[in-house]
Amino acid sequence: MRPFDYHRAADPRAAVAAVARRPEARFLAGGTNLIDLMRLGVEAPELLVDVSRLGGGRIAETEAGGLLIGASVRNSELAADHRVRDDYPVLAQALLNGASGQLRNLATVAGNLLQRTRCLYFQDVTKPCNKRSPGSGCPAIEGEHANLAIFGHSEHCVATHPSDMAVAMVALDATVHLEGPSGPRTTPLIGFHRLPGDAPDRDTVLHHGELITAVELPPLAAARRSLYRKARERRSFAFALVSVAAALELDRGEVRDARVALGGVAHVPWRATRAEEMLRGGPLTEERAHAAAEAELAHATPLRDNAYKVPLAHRLIVRTLLDVAERP
Amino acid sequence: MSVAVRSIGAAIDRVEGREKVTGEAKYAYEHSPPGFVYATALQSTIAKGEVVGVDAEAALAVPGVLGVLWHEDAPRLHEVSDAELEILQSPRVAYRGQIVGAVIAERYEAARQAERLVRIEYSEHPHDVLLRADHPGFYEPEKVNPSYPGRTEEGDFDQAFATAEVTIDRTYETPAEHNNPMEPHASVAVWREDGITVYDSTQGASSVQDIVAKAFGLERERVRVLSAHVGGGFGSKGTPRPHVILAVMASQAVRRPVKLAVTRQQMFDFTGYRTPTIQRVRLGCDRQGRLSATAHAVYEQSSTIREFAEQTATPTRMMYSGENRRTSHHLTRLDVPTPSWMRAPGETPGMYALESAVDELAIAAGIDPVELRLRNEPEVDPETGHRWSSRSLVACLREGAERFGWIPRHGASRGPRNGHWLTGTGVASSVYPARRRPSEARARLEPDGGYVIEIAAADIGTGARTALTQIAADALEVSPGEVRVDLGDSGYPTAPLAGGSMGTASWGSAVVKACRELRATLARGDTPGLPVEAHVDTGAEVQGDEALARYAFGAQFVEVHVNADTGEVHVPRAVGVFAAGRIVNAKTARSQFIGGMTMGIGMALHEESLLDLRFGDYANHDLATYHVPSCADIEELEVAWIDEHDPHVNPIGAKGIGEIGIVGTAAAVANAVHHATGIRFRALPITPARVVGRVSR
Repeated sequence: MRPFDYHRAADPRAAVAAVARRPEARFLAGGTNLIDLMRLGVEAPELLVDVSRLGGGRIAETEAGGLLIGASVRNSELAADHRVRDDYPVLAQALLNGASGQLRNLATVAGNLLQRTRCLYFQDVTKPCNKRSPGSGCPAIEGEHANLAIFGHSEHCVATHPSDMAVAMVALDATVHLEGPSGPRTTPLIGFHRLPGDAPDRDTVLHHGELITAVELPPLAAARRSLYRKARERRSFAFALVSVAAALELDRGEVRDARVALGGVAHVPWRATRAEEMLRGGPLTEERAHAAAEAELAHATPLRDNAYKVPLAHRLIVRTLLDVAERP
Repeated sequence: MSVAVRSIGAAIDRVEGREKVTGEAKYAYEHSPPGFVYATALQSTIAKGEVVGVDAEAALAVPGVLGVLWHEDAPRLHEVSDAELEILQSPRVAYRGQIVGAVIAERYEAARQAERLVRIEYSEHPHDVLLRADHPGFYEPEKVNPSYPGRTEEGDFDQAFATAEVTIDRTYETPAEHNNPMEPHASVAVWREDGITVYDSTQGASSVQDIVAKAFGLERERVRVLSAHVGGGFGSKGTPRPHVILAVMASQAVRRPVKLAVTRQQMFDFTGYRTPTIQRVRLGCDRQGRLSATAHAVYEQSSTIREFAEQTATPTRMMYSGENRRTSHHLTRLDVPTPSWMRAPGETPGMYALESAVDELAIAAGIDPVELRLRNEPEVDPETGHRWSSRSLVACLREGAERFGWIPRHGASRGPRNGHWLTGTGVASSVYPARRRPSEARARLEPDGGYVIEIAAADIGTGARTALTQIAADALEVSPGEVRVDLGDSGYPTAPLAGGSMGTASWGSAVVKACRELRATLARGDTPGLPVEAHVDTGAEVQGDEALARYAFGAQFVEVHVNADTGEVHVPRAVGVFAAGRIVNAKTARSQFIGGMTMGIGMALHEESLLDLRFGDYANHDLATYHVPSCADIEELEVAWIDEHDPHVNPIGAKGIGEIGIVGTAAAVANAVHHATGIRFRALPITPARVVGRVSR
């Protein structure tokens, strides 16, 4: 491990200034991903600026009736919050489907959004990877990619974003609050993560030195009737093969609002807008659920060894929609 | 003569339990001899070729770095007849991840930093790493692990198979699997002119002592290996691994004690693994299900530097009756690490294939799979003609069926559907040889009235120390509290390793003998005073063991639920009934059986090392990407054993239990998945990716 400096920032602005000054500085919060990557040699920062004690650990109700979740709220706290459990059950379920109890106790909301792909090549510094080392190539395209992307990948990168939480948040139209060298700004979570294109080293639209200070959930009628389902290789402590976040607002049997997002399928938490369009304005029948899944998955471009994700995603979308429709 | 049982069989707690839970028990890496430094292994990034140069300048510039070793400047080793251990002796690279150097530094962090700065230049050759049925390199090894014949033939298989009323001809595949004990391998080596001390995480202090002595050209007595506590091994610590040689070499190079911890990632490179297998099984029987033709051909791999041939077809030689039988092993040598022992080598993959095939045959013959097994119970060992020392497979199957609530079925049938879940049940037999090896042991009565047993045995977390305490107590006719067992030190009387489920039988025999001799000496009353001791060797006794077929048996019953939407397979309950002679400690034995079955469920559903064709290594190499069952995957596991009295195995009457629990589990799961889905999965693991496209909603 490369020697590094450690600095505990006094407030978000100071943290931003400290990181912005040095190109190889990183923010440190829960450390559940960053420290692992440092041990693997994937990350070798010269400075860690600890932002875990900046007071961003609160969950507050917004004037609009949503929730403002501080960046350093732990995943386990967020999952246990009664407002989240009652008003955004899909988010609590997604959190509890992620990682392990120990990791959830340490990992923060902001860190969860910013965790890196678990692509085997990204994590192995003895092999090429365009995300880790731009221009070196992507061995996953011909190599081991059974759990990589079926949507939105490029010839440069086929990685997936590993988060469960972000899938639920993207379905809920969350907004990310940022503090940056040129002041604060907000940006929608949809679009916060980038598709790999020709710059897979950039996971998000964040600029160097920008710090997530909070994630805001808007009030959302559909969110109360919501579910998160995750298919995985074992029943705990495994990343999604495919996951589905679904939320429905029903009005006398008609779908007024539908939210569907997929995990484990793309470089970003994948909002299935084509499926959503198909669902709105009619009853939630099995037939229409199939049509919605089909509308989304018709655009999938699976790789040699991950075509199984297409029927898996299809079936999981249908099942989750039917189950969520039956919720009171 | 067998031991009168008082303490044996009791469910007593581990004698070192308190030390372990309070952190007082020291594992290898926790030993810190004065002045110690750290070494880390440098590994090849090519699968085949030569190291042509090493540029260590940048690494040596890191503060605290003491040296970089590679084949041009490493100490020379003496011949050890295991090329895996002859590290840094030549430029040759035989597999990706092979040790090609070491960094030695005052701090661990400095060593890790420097490791990445060493530039190794290679001459790279194209590699060949994929085991495939049509590989041109197959040959038949003369012997398979440890020393069984590679091929056996009885009767005329071809004729019998051609005329059998019911036949199946199927090919099964298992992937490479890597042992991952909780404690990775580690060595702390202290090299001095006059001798070497190694704190090692090993299943056999005596075997590490032998190898280190040989490699460094010392008398055996000048090497001492200490391994009081070992955090699991599953066979991967059964043979000395290259890191222990590297640690000693590093200590010799810098003349200071050296700590070397194998990383979890490195455990997928040079600490051994189970070979992938391709297995063709052909079975023929009559309408009543009586086997007449049995053939099992196994295709597997070894490295280019050492032949290791897993004995995968051996259980097929003795498991069931039938006159005409052929078993064969076919090995090809690839640019891969040498496979090695992983919990029940041979039986584990072999019984997956055989017990899957038996299930397929039962369906084809329209006979209940439990019944089919009962109808093929051999009177004597079909392979050798020897009598069984005891064989309780029938009792295990019957007891298991009763406990599980097995519903007999005839021909193709499907388990009931429950909503989105397809449910099914499956059965398979288990087997493992009950062997023992010569061992020495010492028993001593101390002046304070306490008894001490000394033996270079290993407790790798199984409870061996506790079992030996119970055995000694009964042999001495005292309470376990009056006995202390000291093990894990090559300075104690030489003992075989903890492997092959032979520990309790081998060490226990020696402990009984030592205790009896001590009692005899004390009874004569002609000793000048305490301490009094007896040192024994069971060599002659073990050599003189009667020619019998000695095996433990078991039967496993499994229920599965298969999600019709996602293809996820859950195992809500499993019952294992075993017959393994006398159970020495009911508590630790139960843990062994449950542990074995859990690992078997992992084999069925999770474990798979993913070969990377381009780079020639296994692409997944940590516990986040190489899955073993999590607690949530293991629900109801019921374990029971048949009371079996076998005076022929050893004076304790105990057969080993460390491995049999994993044998057959994967077949029982796969058979249950077939019952649930109607689909036969003939390649492990049975993952959602494999299932989802094939089950119908």
